[in-house]
Amino acid sequence: MSDTTAATPAGAEAAHDAERYAEKDFGFWIYLMTDAVIFALLFATYIVLSRGTAGGPTGSDLFSLPHTFGETMLLLVSSTTFGMASLAARAGNRGGVLAWLAITAVLGLAFVGMEIQEFAGMIAKGAGPDRSGFLSGFFTLVGTHGVHVSVGLISIVVMMGQIATKGLTVPVLSRLMRLALFWHFLDIVWIGIFSVVYLPGVL
Amino acid sequence: MLGRLTIEALPLYSAVAMGGALITVFGTLAVMAVITWFKAWGYLFREWFTSVDHKKIGIMYVTLALIMLLRGFVDAIMMRTQQAIAVNSEGYLPPDHFDQIFSSHGTIMIFFMAMPFLTGLINIIVPQQIGARDVAFPYMNSMSLWLTAAGAALVMVSLVIGKFSTAGWTAYPPYSGIEYSPYVGVDYWIWAVLISGIGSTLTGINFIVTILKKRAPGMFLMRMPLFTWTALCTAILMAFAFPAITVVATMLELDRVAGMHFFTNGDGGNMMMFANLLWIWGHPEVYILILPAFGIYSSVVTTFSSKRLFGYTSLVWATCAIAILSFTVWLHHFFTMGSSANVNAFFGITTMIIAVPTGVKVFDWLFTMYRGRIRFHVSMMYTIAFIVTFVIGGMTGVLLALPPADYLMHNSTFLVAHFHNMLIPGALFGYFAALNLWFPKAMGFKLDEKWGKRSFWCWVIGFYLAFMPLYLLGFMGMPRRMEHYDTAAWQPWLIVAFVGAVLILFGLAFLIVQIAVSFRNRAALRDWTGDPWHGRTLEWAIASPPPPYNFAVLPKVEGLDAFHMMKDAGTAYQRPARYEDIPMPKNSLFGMAIGAFAFVLGFAAVWHMWWLVAASAILCAVIVIIRASSDNTEYVMTAAEVEAIENQRFEDLAKAPPPDLEHIPVGVPGAPIPGTSS
Repeated sequence: MSDTTAATPAGAEAAHDAERYAEKDFGFWIYLMTDAVIFALLFATYIVLSRGTAGGPTGSDLFSLPHTFGETMLLLVSSTTFGMASLAARAGNRGGVLAWLAITAVLGLAFVGMEIQEFAGMIAKGAGPDRSGFLSGFFTLVGTHGVHVSVGLISIVVMMGQIATKGLTVPVLSRLMRLALFWHFLDIVWIGIFSVVYLPGVL
Repeated sequence: MLGRLTIEALPLYSAVAMGGALITVFGTLAVMAVITWFKAWGYLFREWFTSVDHKKIGIMYVTLALIMLLRGFVDAIMMRTQQAIAVNSEGYLPPDHFDQIFSSHGTIMIFFMAMPFLTGLINIIVPQQIGARDVAFPYMNSMSLWLTAAGAALVMVSLVIGKFSTAGWTAYPPYSGIEYSPYVGVDYWIWAVLISGIGSTLTGINFIVTILKKRAPGMFLMRMPLFTWTALCTAILMAFAFPAITVVATMLELDRVAGMHFFTNGDGGNMMMFANLLWIWGHPEVYILILPAFGIYSSVVTTFSSKRLFGYTSLVWATCAIAILSFTVWLHHFFTMGSSANVNAFFGITTMIIAVPTGVKVFDWLFTMYRGRIRFHVSMMYTIAFIVTFVIGGMTGVLLALPPADYLMHNSTFLVAHFHNMLIPGALFGYFAALNLWFPKAMGFKLDEKWGKRSFWCWVIGFYLAFMPLYLLGFMGMPRRMEHYDTAAWQPWLIVAFVGAVLILFGLAFLIVQIAVSFRNRAALRDWTGDPWHGRTLEWAIASPPPPYNFAVLPKVEGLDAFHMMKDAGTAYQRPARYEDIPMPKNSLFGMAIGAFAFVLGFAAVWHMWWLVAASAILCAVIVIIRASSDNTEYVMTAAEVEAIENQRFEDLAKAPPPDLEHIPVGVPGAPIPGTSS
C-alpha cells in the first residue's frame, strides 16, 4: 500500500483518510449487526411470551391498525427524506441537506410522539409492561426500537449542527453516511415489528 | 437522594466479610499512597490511563486480569477451606456469605479475569502479528478497557457496600428475581455484567475490523498467524454473543425494578427463557475464552519446536468450525430443563461434534512437536500440560453431552470438575504460556524461568489435586455449592481438594515472585533484539517493547511465518532508505471518563439513585457527542522522530549477543531430524 500512495505527502494523507473512513463504515456495519442480534432476541422473547397474557388484554384488545399504519408511514417517509438528504449531500447542496434532515427529524419526532401516545394510552388502560409477560415483551421490543429512533433524532440534530458549522467536509459526510445507515436500519426493524407484533396481534 | 443506600450496607454482619471489606479498602488506599509517594499520578495519567496505544491498553487489561485473578482465587480457597471442614458443622462461613463467594468467584473469573486477560493479549499482539501500526479504533479500545474496569470495580465495591449476588454466576430466576433476592446483590451482578459486556462487544467490533482491514501488504488471510485467526474468531463471537447477555441482564433488571414478567413464575413469564438466552451468550463465551488460548498454544508449539506449524490449514478450519458450532450447543447446559428427547438428542449430538475439530487441533500440535527440537521453556511446559489435561476434560465433556448421563451428573461436583478441567488448562494455562512468551515483547525484558517453572509445577499438580477429587465426589453424589454436608465419606476428598488449592496458592505466589524477580533483574533479562525465542511471526521483527507506531516501514509479507522467512532470506533488520511521517492517534481522557461515569451509573442503579443514573447517562452521552464531532484526533510523528527511535533500535541490535542459530535449526514437517542438515 505504502509504495502506491507515497508519491506525494498530500496523496498519502488522502489515502490514509480514505482507509480510516472505510474502516469506520465497516465497523459501523458490524455494530448494526450486533444491534440486529439484540432485536432478534427481543423478537424471539416477544414471540415466546405473546401468549402469556395472564388473563389480561391481548393484542387484538390493544392494537389499533390505523394508528400503527400512521407510525409506519411516518417512519417510511422519513427514510425517503433521509435518502433525499444523502442525495443533496452528494450534490454538495448544504442547504438541501439541512432542509431534508430537518424534515426527517420532524417525521421521526412525530413517530416517537405517536408511540408515546400509544404507550400512555395502554398504561392508562391498565395494560402497562408489568401487567403480563406478553406486555413486558411488547413494551421492551417496541420501546427499544423507540429509544433507538430517539437516539437517531439526537444524532440528526448533532449532525445538522456539524453541517451548519463545519460544512460538508469529508469527515462530516462520512458521519452522515453512517447515520443514514442507522436510520434505514431502524426502518427495517420497524417492518419486522409491524409484521410480527401488530399484524398478527390484530388479525 | 441516596436511594436505598443506608449505613446498614456496611458488612457489619460478619467478621469475615468485614475483613474482606477492610482488605479491599486498605489495599486500594495503600496502592494510592504508593502512587502518591512516587508522585506517579501525572505519569500514569499521561502515559497510561489516557493512552490509546494498543500495547499499553493491553498491558492494563492484563494487569486488571491478574489483580482479579487474586481476588477470584481468594474466593476459591475460602470455599475449599469451608468444604474441607464443614462436615456436620457450620464451618466458618455462614450460608449467605458462602453463596456470595461462589457467585463472585464465577463472575470474576469469567468476566473480570479471563475476559480482560485474553483481550489484553489480543490487544498487545494481534496488531503486531498482522503488521499494523494500531487497531482500527484506538479510542474505542480505551473506552472498552475502562468499561471493563468499571464492571470489575462494581464487583469489588460490593465487598464493602452492600452484598454481592447469592444467585451463582449465572443468576437463574426465579431465585434471582425480586421476590427471592430483594437486596442489591443481583443488581451488582447485572450492572457489572452489563457495563463490561458493552466493552466486550466494542472490543469484538474493533478486532474484526482491525484484522480484516489493517493487515500489512501480502498478509493474506491464509498467511495470518494462528493466534490472529483465533483472535478473529473470538472477536466475531464477542460481537455476536455479547448482545445476548446485554439483553438477558437488562430483562432481569426490568423484572426486578419495573415489575415486568419476563422470567417470573406467574403472570405470563417464562423462567426457562432466561436459561436459553443466557447460554446463547454463554456457550460461545466458553470458546471466546478458549480459542485465543488455542492460538497461543499454536504459537508456542511452533516457536519452541523450531518447526513450521503442522496442518496450518486444518487448524484454521477447525477454529472456524468451532466458532460456528459454538452457537449450536447451548442447550446442553440445561438438558434437565425437560425438553423433548429429540431436542436433547440434537444438542447432545452437536456437542459431541464440536469435540471433533478440537481433536484435530490436538493432533496438529502433537505432529508439530514430532521430530522438532523442543526447548522446554515455561510456555512450552504449559502447552504440554494443557494437551494432557485438556484431553481428560474433553472426555468428561463428551460424557456430559449424553443427556441420560447428564441427568445423573447435572449440578454435581462432576460438572464443577469438568468445566474447571476445560477452563484452567484450556484458557488460564494458555494465558500463562502467553505471559511467559510475550512478556519480553510487551515489557522489554524476559521473565525469570526458574520461578516460572516453580509456579508451573505448583499450578499443574495443584490443579490435579484440587479437581480430580471433584470427579469422584460427583460420582459419590455430592451436589455443587454445598455450604455444609453430613456425608463423612466426602470429607477426605474435600481435604485433598483443599491441599490442591493450597498448592495453587503457591503457584500464584511464585507467579508474583517471578514477575518481581524479573523486574529486579530486568537489566540482565533485557531483550535487545526483540526476538528472544527465535520467533517466526511479525511481532518478533520489531523492538521490545515496540515503538508507538510498531513498524516504521510496513513489512511485506511473503508467506506464512513471515518473519522467519525474512530471516532466512536475509531481509530482516534492514535499514530503510528513508523514513516517512506517521499519523498517530492522540491520547484521550474520554475513554476513562466514560468508564468512570459508567461506574457511577451502575452504582447508582444498584442503589436506586435514579437522579444520579440520569445525570451520569447524560454525561456519557455528552462525551460521546463531543468525541463523535471531533475532527482532530490524530497527530503526526515526523520522519525525523521516527528515524531517531529507529536509530536507537539499530544501536540496541548491535549490543545484542549474536543469535545462537546453530542450535535452533530450521525445521519443516517431514524434513530430516534438525541439526543434521542446514
